[in-house]
Amino acid sequence: MAEQAIKLGGKKQSTFIDKVKEMLPEGGNLNLCLTCGACSSGCPATGLEGMDPRKFLRMAALGMDEEITSTPWSWMCSMCQRCIYVCPMKINIPQLVYFARQSWPRDKRPKGILGSCDIALRNDTCSAMGATEEDFQFVVEDVLEEYQEAQPEFAKMLAPVNKKNVTYYLNQNSREPVTEPDEMVPLWKILHLVGADWTYGTKGWAAENYCMFMADDDGWRKIVETKAKAVEDLGCKVWLNTE
Amino acid sequence: MVRKSYGDPVAEDLRYVVKAIIGEENFVEMYPNRSNNFCCGGGGGFLQSGFPDQRREYGRIKAEQILATGAKYCITPCHNCHAQVHDLSDVRNHPWETVHIWTLLCLSLGILGPNERAYLGEDLKDVDVFHPESSNF
Ligand code: SF4
Ligand code: SF4
Repeated sequence: MAEQAIKLGGKKQSTFIDKVKEMLPEGGNLNLCLTCGACSSGCPATGLEGMDPRKFLRMAALGMDEEITSTPWSWMCSMCQRCIYVCPMKINIPQLVYFARQSWPRDKRPKGILGSCDIALRNDTCSAMGATEEDFQFVVEDVLEEYQEAQPEFAKMLAPVNKKNVTYYLNQNSREPVTEPDEMVPLWKILHLVGADWTYGTKGWAAENYCMFMADDDGWRKIVETKAKAVEDLGCKVWLNTE
Repeated sequence: MVRKSYGDPVAEDLRYVVKAIIGEENFVEMYPNRSNNFCCGGGGGFLQSGFPDQRREYGRIKAEQILATGAKYCITPCHNCHAQVHDLSDVRNHPWETVHIWTLLCLSLGILGPNERAYLGEDLKDVDVFHPESSNF
């Protein structure tokens, strides 16, 4: 698949793949590759940046750490796991990609992801679009009121915020309250019709988590913990995330 | 959701829901499907990573799968998929519409209001299944 032969740098001095193996259960099976190519033939990212999952794994195994940790392909693998699904040895290539992402200096990682992660870490809503607790509550209440009036059959519909001890805590992707609030309503209607006992929360309401895409473990954890705490503090039994 | 957490049984559950909403005869399966399906390329941060050309090239497989069905609507399960599949249609001059399942569910129940139809095509924009009070007209 490569246009030119890959040059190997003398003695094997790999650290990257060894480190990754140490971190994964069963070493992620990373040294069990049969080089069959099933992963690459079914990977939609094959060919981008002259890379494919088998090649990525082989390069890591050959100790080509610099190439592995600098190729932008790491940001073009969607972590879809199809390669694991088809791999006879169940090799965890996306996990290897995840660690390759992590090897990038934080400020060199893609701006769009970095910015969204950092904004989400700024307040307890976890919104990557920076929507605050007040913003969210205002939009929800405003839209609800509008629909209760405009559609009489839904005059009694509710979209509770911070209601305690209900069954479902519902997350909401920031995109709706910020850019297309009407798109929140169909789900409210369905929940209303089935009589679901649910609530939004002002804290932790945003469904997205860009720190995960960023391979920022601490940020990822902080966001998940903030959201989990919000669900627990309200005493809800089930956390529904629509992402 | 299918490949990473709940497996094929949840794919069957969703097929039940979709067929109940739109009618079995209107459901077109894409190939490959279920756990063997291809990712659209919206996930993993790809949409925000600043590589739109590569992202659309990644999505070519998905676009061809959708086109091969001949279906006018593609239902997407999450925001990343919705944004990516919508964009894949956009750059091809809109051969299909991209919808959330809640839109079709409410449409079939006759409770989809006039402002909740942003992602419906012209053929369904004015369709009002049961309830005249939430009508466009
Ligand atoms: S499918 Fe698995 S065994 Fe085959 S080349 Fe890919 S990683 Fe190696
Ligand atoms: S997880 Fe990455 S490498 Fe594996 S099939 Fe998906 S895009 Fe390709």
